[in-house]
Amino acid sequence: MTAPRTPLQPDSSTSSATVGVPPRGTPLYQSHLDAGAKIVDFAGWSMPIHYGSQLKEHEIVRADAGMFDVSHMVVLDITGGDAKSWLQGILANDVAKLGYMGKALYSGLLTPEGTVIDDLIVYLAEDGYRMVVNAGTREKDLAWLRKTSEGREVILTVRDDLAMLAVQGPNAINKVCSVKPQWADAIRALKVFQGVAMGEWFVARTGYTGEDGLEIMIPATEAPAFFSQLIAAGVAPCGLGARDTLRLEAGMNLYGHDMDETISPLQAGMGWTIAWEPASRDFIGRAALEAEKAAGVAMKQVGLVLEGRGVLREGMRVVVAGAGEGVITSGTFSPTLKHSIAIARVPAAVGSTAEVDLRGTLTPVRVVKLPFVRLGKKVFD
Amino acid sequence: MLDIPAELKYAASHEWMRLEADGTVTVGITHHAQELLGDLVFVELPKVGTTLAKEEQAGVVESVKAASDVYAPIAGEVVAINTELEAGPEIANTEPYSGGWFFRLKPADAADLDGMLSAEDYARELGA
Repeated sequence: MTAPRTPLQPDSSTSSATVGVPPRGTPLYQSHLDAGAKIVDFAGWSMPIHYGSQLKEHEIVRADAGMFDVSHMVVLDITGGDAKSWLQGILANDVAKLGYMGKALYSGLLTPEGTVIDDLIVYLAEDGYRMVVNAGTREKDLAWLRKTSEGREVILTVRDDLAMLAVQGPNAINKVCSVKPQWADAIRALKVFQGVAMGEWFVARTGYTGEDGLEIMIPATEAPAFFSQLIAAGVAPCGLGARDTLRLEAGMNLYGHDMDETISPLQAGMGWTIAWEPASRDFIGRAALEAEKAAGVAMKQVGLVLEGRGVLREGMRVVVAGAGEGVITSGTFSPTLKHSIAIARVPAAVGSTAEVDLRGTLTPVRVVKLPFVRLGKKVFD
Repeated sequence: MLDIPAELKYAASHEWMRLEADGTVTVGITHHAQELLGDLVFVELPKVGTTLAKEEQAGVVESVKAASDVYAPIAGEVVAINTELEAGPEIANTEPYSGGWFFRLKPADAADLDGMLSAEDYARELGA
């Protein structure tokens, strides 16, 4: 057997700051070992890849409830009189849309050339904003945020004192409420993409799986006990492996794979995250994106479906008859659909079919709109 | 936890071999190999009757996270394949040394087995 040709590198954008430094564990590291996790190095962190079977963990999240340690992600509190105007200048989406406390917004953070530095979530908080960015882009993002906020009244506080757990699946909210009955009313009242502060904790109805669920920020010292309580309530610990297959079925981008600093958000399925109005809001990257739109966007993001045998993988060439070539940016076997699916960047003129160079054989695939799966069900024709 | 049965022979490319009473050799992938790949989702096997040279590609395993080629550890003719793997590739995860076997060879030269790794050699190969 050869060494696996495409080892799972859920995040290839590890910052140079972590090179040569031994990976560090999150506040839940011991909890993972106790739960039987297989640990891998991910963006400088020792993280669970699975606890026995990635496929079983995937299925549990679609059918019941699973939890992911996402403490490696970077939580950032933003305060100061210029916080709003600064965010309106650096994010492609507009924080002015955040109409009520705890409301969340998904946005790209762009270079002046109109390419993607990172994707993130920003929440409206009592005294400003809270932002969550990717682990693999930590140093780069922080440097960019510090640089662009220089000379403004903006205070950035990195919250490394918090752990974060994503509890996802149709029964996730019920199970969290059974562990925290005193919070049940407030949690059940959350709209999708809204969070609420509970003392030092923060509970948001967000996720990365295509299922209902919560992402919960917890003081690091309290995280292991909460993790144990959730296990007792029947929430299965799940690793990064299942997290990747779930987000791919849900048609969600992964930074460093589906987009990066060489890719425009218009070509990575992020057009909906750009707030063009008001036209007077001149965010970083706007001029480049407007020029790209005016010239015609050459490539677009689509879903690919292979109903036969074989697995579509990142990096494989996509051939679109009469229109040129594209590339698979994320591919996997879909545990829910029982065949392979992929996210690809292809010529905008693509129709309903394409071919993928599958280990030397041009193989026909169907081209579909993303996502593939939502709330446990297949959603494409 | 390394599971390397003492009675089998091994190739550095993570195949195992068992000499059967009728002189054929059963081939599969090791416990370590399936662990490296994770959950298997497709297995492609050679056709019965194919003659394989030593180290020739004999099939493919695809897991959720990766694809990998499987080789003939010794030269021979394929006399049987485990069709159960085509419907249930996960058997190679759960029973790599029994129900999860891949194919059976009639060796071109039975002495070729002697040159393969012992369980001890293979364990050393894995740095165990």
